[in-house]
Amino acid sequence: MTAAETVRAAGTVYRIEWVPGTDRLLGTCHCGAVREADDPVLMWAWLLAHPAHY
Amino acid sequence: MTFVRNQWYVAAYAAEVGRSLLARTILGEPLVLYRARSGQPVALADRCVHRHYPLSASQLDGDTIVCGYHGFSYGTDGRCVAVPGQQRIPRTARVSAYPVVEQDSFVWVWIGEPDRVDPGLIPRAPWLADKGYTTVHGMEPLAARYGLLVDNLLDLSHETYLHGGYIGTPEVADTPITTEVDEDHRVIHVKRRMDDAACPPFYSRSTGLSGRIVRWQDIEYHPPCLYLLHSRVAPAGVLPRPDGTDPDGFHVEVVYAITPSTETSTYDFWAVARDFALGDPEVSAFLRESNRTVVLQDVAALNTLERVIAAEPPGVQELSINIDTGGLAARRMLARMAAEDGGAVPGESGQPTAREGGRPAAGATTPATAAGAATPVAAGGAAIPVTAGGAATPVAAGGAAPAPVAAQAAAR
Repeated sequence: MTAAETVRAAGTVYRIEWVPGTDRLLGTCHCGAVREADDPVLMWAWLLAHPAHY
Repeated sequence: MTFVRNQWYVAAYAAEVGRSLLARTILGEPLVLYRARSGQPVALADRCVHRHYPLSASQLDGDTIVCGYHGFSYGTDGRCVAVPGQQRIPRTARVSAYPVVEQDSFVWVWIGEPDRVDPGLIPRAPWLADKGYTTVHGMEPLAARYGLLVDNLLDLSHETYLHGGYIGTPEVADTPITTEVDEDHRVIHVKRRMDDAACPPFYSRSTGLSGRIVRWQDIEYHPPCLYLLHSRVAPAGVLPRPDGTDPDGFHVEVVYAITPSTETSTYDFWAVARDFALGDPEVSAFLRESNRTVVLQDVAALNTLERVIAAEPPGVQELSINIDTGGLAARRMLARMAAEDGGAVPGESGQPTAREGGRPAAGATTPATAAGAATPVAAGGAAIPVTAGGAATPVAAGGAAPAPVAAQAAAR
């Protein structure tokens, strides 16, 4: 099961993983949308904009 | 910052509430706590309706508090049952009585709207009253807004710098975290898994481990009040078995109850429950003193930070980085819960601010409003039925400054 599938199965769960070995953050919305960024404020803004991910 | 009122808060340890009168100020409301002869804890507004003398500075006569100034007497429901020198008791002579629940070694109190009381909303910390664990605990007063303690506990990378020599090692700050926000249950999870880390004294002296270790820090924050840190340590390379059992791991459940007292003071309840060295008084004494030292290091830092923030002009920006991912999530959820209480939507931009869910941060964007039901956990205690909402409105705080509670080990 992919990370996106796991998050979808868990209900309304937003996940942000700090990618090991990098400064990047990987955000996964409960709808399965995925995005990488390097700023937690912008990442939360993107996630919580669901369903209007840009 | 804005309080989240329609939630349960820890007012005291159950062991603190007895046949003497205990003063606590919760969300700006001065309370007096005691235990009725039936064993039920009672929480009343700590101001006599007559001249607002603190009832906590009065006397308990049976289940009745007799005001130490002019003798107005109150029952467990807050109703005045006697006034001095006359037969007629004014209809409005009553103080507010607050719903209380005793659960998991805590006394929880509801300060919010009486018709929204639901003991099922109280999150659980079952280890604190579990015979399979030995617990040490205490409470330290914090001269800072509660949001600073939330920030502190959601970002444990500070252990490396503030708590070196106790619980901090370089790996804590160096290890990436995973943050999850469970909107349906209103829980924030932050995981940090260290596969090969130095063993800090807190764990080496309590477990006997030496050399490199596996160290897991799994945070579970139930805003606004309860914070759980599920901590696992084991020799490097030793993981739980495929069947889920973990006989070779050492487990510590670190519990904090974050209870706002006033806008700029907080009760920092802390407990450390372990599943090893059960009943060992030396290990208990060590962990009690170590954790209290760590808490006091946080208290000193946050008290300093509160003074700095209080002196800053409105709108000062701060900078958030990867380590703040969990703390930012907590701020957003707290701000939304406060807004649901009937307050304004936080900040013009939606970003929690210093007076709401946190301090301003760059890149603010309106949060979504994917509200879910609060965690429906079973309550083990029974709420005392009370009729809150008497004529007497609790007056401003001031009579019950947080005072430390002596840390004590549960005898097992």
